Amino acid sequence: MTAGVRARARIVARPDGRGGTALPVLDGEGPLAPRRTRGTGGEANVLLVGAMSGPLGGDHFSVEAEVLPGARLRAGSAAATLALPGQGKDGARYDVRLSVADDAELRWLPEPLISAYGSDLTVTTEAEVGAAGRLVLREEQVLGRVGEEPGRLASRLRVRIAGRHVLDQELVCGPGAPGGWDGPAGLGGHRAVGQLLVVRPEFATAPVAPRALGESAAVLPLAGPALLVSAVAPDARRLRATLDEALALLGAAAPVT
Amino acid sequence: MTRATLLVLADGRFPAGGHAHSGGAEAAVRAGRITGAAGLEDFCRGRLHTAGLVSAALAAAGAAGLDPAGLDAAADARTPSPALRTTARKLGRQLLRAARATWPSPELDALAARFPKGAHQPVVLGTVARVAGLGPHDAAHCAAYEAVSGPATAVVRLLGLDPFEATAVLARLAPELDRVADRAVEAARHAAREGTEALPAASAPLLEISAEAHAAWPVRLFAS
Repeated sequence: MTAGVRARARIVARPDGRGGTALPVLDGEGPLAPRRTRGTGGEANVLLVGAMSGPLGGDHFSVEAEVLPGARLRAGSAAATLALPGQGKDGARYDVRLSVADDAELRWLPEPLISAYGSDLTVTTEAEVGAAGRLVLREEQVLGRVGEEPGRLASRLRVRIAGRHVLDQELVCGPGAPGGWDGPAGLGGHRAVGQLLVVRPEFATAPVAPRALGESAAVLPLAGPALLVSAVAPDARRLRATLDEALALLGAAAPVT
Repeated sequence: MTRATLLVLADGRFPAGGHAHSGGAEAAVRAGRITGAAGLEDFCRGRLHTAGLVSAALAAAGAAGLDPAGLDAAADARTPSPALRTTARKLGRQLLRAARATWPSPELDALAARFPKGAHQPVVLGTVARVAGLGPHDAAHCAAYEAVSGPATAVVRLLGLDPFEATAVLARLAPELDRVADRAVEAARHAAREGTEALPAASAPLLEISAEAHAAWPVRLFAS
């Protein structure tokens, strides 16, 4: 029996002094490799490459991004992340820590996470945003590859703005999840579930109105300068279409993927 | 405390306005996701392990004497739907009004003064349980039971479901209700030591999503 892989990636973004964003830290190891790609305007662009190879049971990945005052970062991934079963009984862990300072902006737009049959993954995403920080965070989960039953997937998303929790949500799906997860209160048979979180200081004075986007998505203003678009869909493609539509509706530039 | 006090508080006829709410069941019935007893059971089970667990933990923590303001903020963070936050505060206000008449106490008066727009219902429930001489376990059981009894009663009216069948659903869920209450009390103990971050945050996507559409319906049988 081999111990799982421990891999960590770390990104720090700061202003480069010429109106752009520098990346003084851009570290990765093993299967996590962040690469700088062409950005637009003052925004630096980072792509996480190679996430395709895991995580397997027993693995522990962590990704940290810190955006310092005045910097703008967009981060994505080159491919979907596929959670696969490992050889041991241990589950895999994937931790994401995001920190966005005042007057900083982060667009965290990874490709979906796919939970393959037999896998067991716990994802924890924690975002800390300064009072005047801006964040767009997308999370998409796909339960099983085409025609496949999912593994167990537990995912917790916590967001603090100026030190105050505005969102704390956990979703547990698949074999071993508490009963009813796929029922009429949970996913209702949908195989893709996603969230789009938008934090903007101007929401404090000009809040967005809540609205339903059809039967399977809604724009939900949170108790703080943030909103959540929550959606379920039959598959990854339709989930992305819904989340992109919501972003367009909010007047934010739709993410280029 | 007396065991009968628990029955008074947990009774669906306790005049706290809960009968006007379906806990999301009306939207699920309209969308065709609940068509009979089996769908109701699946709905209730899902709600119990998500919103029910969170409510039960908040109630247990309130009954254990944790600061209601901190618990109320934790409830906000765990309720992304504004419609559901509004409902939770309205139900909290109604429960507090009934409870102040039932178990008059300075602690409940202080809670009302501190939250003029109402605190989240489970937070109020926890404080009420404590004032009535009940403990965290009782409060957790009350909250967990309410999480499923409301939808079960509502579906009887919405679908014309046989009330015997709806009650049988609740009876089948009883062992899981006990386990959820145990987990909630355990989480409340952690929260007392580590802060409200230790409280569960289990969510049910369709409950949150459909609450907004439901709140906008021009005609509906239930308020939520």
